[in-house]
Amino acid sequence: MSYMEGMQRIDESLMKRVLSLRESYEYKRYGKADVARALKMQRVDIEGLRALLSPAAGDFLEEMAARAQSDMKRYFGNSIELFTPLYISNFCDSNCVYCGFSSHNKISRLRLKIDEVKTELENIAKSGLKDVLILTGESAKKRDLSYIGEACKEASRLFSNVGVEIYPLNSDEYTYLHECGVDYVIVFQETYSPEKYAQVHIGGQKMSFAYRFNAQERALMGGMRSVGFAALLGLDDFRKDAFATAIHANFIQQKYPHAEIAISCPRLRPAKNKSEVNAGEVDERSLFQVICAYRIFLPFANITISTRESAKFRNGIIKVAASKISAGVSVGVGTHSDAGKKGDEQFEIDDTRGVNEIYTDIRALNLQPVMSNHIYV
Amino acid sequence: MMDINDDFLELSGHKFSSRFILGSGKFSLSLLEAAIKDAKAQIVTLALRRVNDGGSENILDFIPKDITILPNTSGARNADEAVRIAKLARELGCGDFVKVECIKDSRYLLPDNYETIKATEKLANLGFVVMPYMYPDLNVARDLVNAGAACVMPLGAPIGTNKGLATREFIKILIDEIDLPVIVDAGIGSPSQACEAMQMGCAAVMANTAIATSGDVRAMAKAFALSIEAGRLAYLAGLGEVSEIARASSPLSGFLE
Repeated sequence: MSYMEGMQRIDESLMKRVLSLRESYEYKRYGKADVARALKMQRVDIEGLRALLSPAAGDFLEEMAARAQSDMKRYFGNSIELFTPLYISNFCDSNCVYCGFSSHNKISRLRLKIDEVKTELENIAKSGLKDVLILTGESAKKRDLSYIGEACKEASRLFSNVGVEIYPLNSDEYTYLHECGVDYVIVFQETYSPEKYAQVHIGGQKMSFAYRFNAQERALMGGMRSVGFAALLGLDDFRKDAFATAIHANFIQQKYPHAEIAISCPRLRPAKNKSEVNAGEVDERSLFQVICAYRIFLPFANITISTRESAKFRNGIIKVAASKISAGVSVGVGTHSDAGKKGDEQFEIDDTRGVNEIYTDIRALNLQPVMSNHIYV
Repeated sequence: MMDINDDFLELSGHKFSSRFILGSGKFSLSLLEAAIKDAKAQIVTLALRRVNDGGSENILDFIPKDITILPNTSGARNADEAVRIAKLARELGCGDFVKVECIKDSRYLLPDNYETIKATEKLANLGFVVMPYMYPDLNVARDLVNAGAACVMPLGAPIGTNKGLATREFIKILIDEIDLPVIVDAGIGSPSQACEAMQMGCAAVMANTAIATSGDVRAMAKAFALSIEAGRLAYLAGLGEVSEIARASSPLSGFLE
C-alpha cells in the first residue's frame, strides 16, 4: 500500500470507501428475489449491483442481457467504436507473477525508436482506425515519459483519439501527456484486494496499491477527458473485484461529472513462460454476467471488450453490452511494421481478426462500426 | 384556415417546410439516408466528432446534399470548447448552422445552461445560426434570445430516455413567452409525444433514439413525420377547449339582467 519516492499522494477517502464496500460484499446473501428487484429498478443502485453480480443472478442471464441491451441502445444506439492498442515498449521494472512482461520473465524485449513508432502508427492508420491506445510496460524511468509523450504527439497527428495504458503518473505528468494529444487514460487495478495485490505484485513501482488506485483521479486532475478502469478477472474473487471496479468508476464519475468513464473486462490469459496462467472459475457465462452488470449499473460508460476473448464471444457481447472493441490487435512490440526485431507479447490473444473483418462482422450484426468518435479540443 | 403548405419553420431567415429535425448519432449509416427520406427531414444533426474526414464510412457521405446539416458540439464541456468545435465544423464545410451542446455531465447528459448562453453569444457574433440545446428555464431562454440564438431547444426528458414531455409545463411557458421557435430536443420517444409537442405550439421536434432504435427505422421515421405534421395542423387549426364544467343552457348569471 505504501508510496514510493516521487509518488504524488492525494486524498484517499474514495479508495477507503471502495475497499470497505468491497470487503462487506457478501454475494451469497443474495437470492432470486433480489436479482428480480434489481432488474426492475429504473436506476440500479449499489445494492442492486451486488445482486446482479451474485451467483443467484447466473440464472437471469437472458433478463440481464435484455436490460443491458436496452440501456446500451439508449446511450449508444447502434454504434460500436473501434480502436487498436499499440505496444511501443515491453520493458518492465515491475514483477507481476501473472504477466508476460514481468521483469523476471525471460522474453525478447524491445523499445521502438520514435521513427519506428511513427511507421507503426502510419500502418495502423491505413486500416482506417482513428482511435489508438499507446501501451508500454511498467518502466517508469523518467526518460521514458518524454519518449511516451513524443510517441503520443505522433499518434495525435494521425488519430482523432489517443489514449495511454502505461504505468501510473502524477497529475502534472498527466498534464504533460494531455498536452501531447492524449485524452484518455486506462489503468487496470488488476485486483482490488490489497492482500492479493501484494501477493502478485512483488517488485517495482506497481507494488504501490494506493498510487495505482488513485491514477484515474490524478489523470482527471491533469486535464484528461476520459479514464478507464478494470480488474483482471481471475486474479482474485472475481465478483468482489468486478463490484469494486464498478463502484470505483461510479464514484469517480460522481466526483468528476464531466469525465467519460470506460471499463474493460479482461480475464487472465496465458503468456510466454506462463502457460499455467488462466481465468480459473471465470468462465464465459460469468464474464457475460459481469459485463451485463457493468452496463446496467453504468449505462453511460464505454465498455471495452478485449481480444483475450474469442470472436464468437465478442460478437455476442457487442450486441448486448460492450460499446467498444479492439481490432487488428497485436500485443507484441514492432509487429505493425517490417521491423526486423520483435518484442514478445504480454499475453496470448484469442481473436486475431483484422480490422476489415471485424468491421464487416459488426455490420452483419446490424450495428454501426464507428472509427471516429472524438475531437481533441 | 391557414394552408399548411404556406407554413414554414424560420431560423434566422432560412425557411424549412419540414418541422422534423433528425438526429443521426445512433443510426446505422446504411439506414440514415432512407430515414432522412422517409422522415422528409430537411435538417439533420450530426456530431462533429463522428465526422471521419477523408476516412471510411464518413457520416457526411450518408447525408444527401440538399439537406441542411446541423453539426452539434457534443463533446464540448464549456463555451470555449463549443466555439472551437463549431469553427471546425465550418471549416469542414458543414455551413453556418450549429447546435450548441455544452455538457459537463457524462451520466445524464444534461446541458449546462450557463455555458450554453456564453457559447451562443460568441457563436452568434461569429455569424453562426445558433440552435442551443437547453434545460427549459425561462430566464435562460430570455438570455439566449438576447445572446442571438435562432431558436431555443429545450429538452423534453433526459436524452435517450424516450420518456416524452416530462418538462411539458416549462416548455409551455417558453412557447408563451419566447419570441423564437421552440424546438423540443431530447426525450421524445414516440410519434404521439412528438404530435403533442407540436399541438402545444412547438415549432419543430428533434428525435434520434426513438427512431434509430425502433424495430423498423424507415416506418418509424415516417410515423414521426406524419405525427409532427398532424400536430402542427392541429395547432394551426386551434384545438377545441377541453372543459370539465358543464355549460348551463340558461346562464347562471342571467338573474343579474
